[in-house]
Amino acid sequence: MDIKSMKNYLYWLYCQFELITCSYLMEPWEKLLFYTFNITMLVMLLYTAYIFVPVHVSMAFQFFLHLFGNQHENTVSVVK
Amino acid sequence: GVEDRFSILYFQKNGISNGTLYKKTFIEHFEQAPMYVAVLTFLGFGVGTVFGYLRDFMRAWGLEKRNVATEREQQKDFVPLYQDFENFYTRNLYMRIRDNWNRPICSVPGPQFDLMERVTDDYNWTFRFTGRTIKNVINMGSYNYLGFAETDVNALKTVTIELQKYGTGICSTRQEMGTLDKHIELEKLVANFLGVEDAMVFGMGFATNSMNIPALVGKGCLILSDELNHTSLVLGARLSGATIRIFKHNNMQSLEKLLRDAIIYGQPRSRRAWRKIIILVEGIYSMEGSIVRLPEIVSLKKKYKAYLYLDEAHSIGAVGATGRGVVEYFGMSPDDVDVLMGTFTKSFGAAGGYIAGRKDLVDFLRTHSHSAVYATSMCPPVAEQIIRAMKCLMGLDGTTQGLQRVRQLGKNTRYFRRRLHEMGFIIYGNDDSPVVPLLLYMPGKIGAFARRMLEKNIGVVVVGFPATPITESRARFCVSAAHTREMLNTVLNALDELGDFLQLKYSRYSKSSHPELYEETRLELED
Repeated sequence: MDIKSMKNYLYWLYCQFELITCSYLMEPWEKLLFYTFNITMLVMLLYTAYIFVPVHVSMAFQFFLHLFGNQHENTVSVVK
Repeated sequence: GVEDRFSILYFQKNGISNGTLYKKTFIEHFEQAPMYVAVLTFLGFGVGTVFGYLRDFMRAWGLEKRNVATEREQQKDFVPLYQDFENFYTRNLYMRIRDNWNRPICSVPGPQFDLMERVTDDYNWTFRFTGRTIKNVINMGSYNYLGFAETDVNALKTVTIELQKYGTGICSTRQEMGTLDKHIELEKLVANFLGVEDAMVFGMGFATNSMNIPALVGKGCLILSDELNHTSLVLGARLSGATIRIFKHNNMQSLEKLLRDAIIYGQPRSRRAWRKIIILVEGIYSMEGSIVRLPEIVSLKKKYKAYLYLDEAHSIGAVGATGRGVVEYFGMSPDDVDVLMGTFTKSFGAAGGYIAGRKDLVDFLRTHSHSAVYATSMCPPVAEQIIRAMKCLMGLDGTTQGLQRVRQLGKNTRYFRRRLHEMGFIIYGNDDSPVVPLLLYMPGKIGAFARRMLEKNIGVVVVGFPATPITESRARFCVSAAHTREMLNTVLNALDELGDFLQLKYSRYSKSSHPELYEETRLELED
């Protein structure tokens, strides 16, 4: 019964979210507005992270390598 | 006789050990919730405020129907009659969960009662009754501490007789033709019960405070009032015209500092001595469940020569070995308190209030109180209900039922509080007070808690922002002597389940969060 307990757990988590953010008290159209706003913000955040984080991480990695290893010939491969 | 036995019980002292003021331990809890709870509460209020502004905008621009009071079209250019922004909170948050308050009941508010079922079609702006009643809802909200709100015919025999003898109306004030022999009998009984010289009774508990404090103090007097005093005391203090200074709740250092400053510096501009200094406190504070620190206040008042006004609305009948209130609870003499005030609404199942003390004080109030001059006096059947309840408490009716009720209340209180602490809820207040506030904190949980408890057939009172600080909304339980152990267990099981579902068990000091520190076997020393 793993799926069922998982579903119950997710429903319970959703209830907690509703109670904490007061969306339990909202009328249906307000809930729609609130969730649309939240999901849009979340999707934009994740997309930005997906685009920018790998590039920044590898640049930071190269910087620290340069600081501690002092090897110039590896830097050319990063430029896009 | 029976009365002597109870006076001996009352005047007995436990013996003063090593000179401390308190004869038994005074344990009060005011645990603070973890930080994330405060953050999430503010987050919830923030979201609610944003949506409140949105709805107000839509109402102002006609995108939504306006259900609040507005002026007529012809008066739109006048000075506004309704200040819209002040009711922001009422309109936008209270209205959404309004179905949890003002629920009409249709039976006696005993340990169980019947509710009228009502539904709303437009999100709590209007209600309609379906015609059905919800039967036998367990009552955890009524101030029925000793269980005297009952319909048992034998118990109400004398009340029925008096009703048929006197009728219900008085049609006069105390000073004109409204003083009946019932009032004289009741006043003598109250004075006897409390152990003071004389007492006076009034028809309404709130009016007892608000109409008598102006008679006792006036301009040039100083009132030192506790932070969390009831509205009736605050109203009475403001009406009197005296200077009011507030000390922190139950905090004796704050009170002593105010007393010292008052005596050293006197009145603000003229530096004259204050005409009198009066300290206003309550026996049990109904929102916190805390009991006043009476021994310390009495010693302070004797040292600085101030007067003490003790409002025992919730504590008379509910604490003390024989139900005589906080004065008996601390083993002190009623002569230490200058003005003893109380109400009959809570423990006696009636209505009205009393002021008791020395004979000259009560004689003064009989002539100078606004309530005596202008308010209708207490009606006879109600006076008889109080007389029979008080006689039952004192044992004058020949049974020990009164003492049994007081003991049952004490047992129920201790059991209920202990179980709630064990489960891990945050409970405020003294271990001996029958008022049990359970902290909910987040605004979303207030509505969810009350509605789900009603689905489980338990009626609770929840309190939110204007009556409590903004982050500390709570559910307030009033334990009664009429509750049986089964009813309390039903309520506790429901609370356990609901506490897990709504995540209300914030306490970090409970046994459930540190099970390894407590042994498994525990002797049940109570009953």
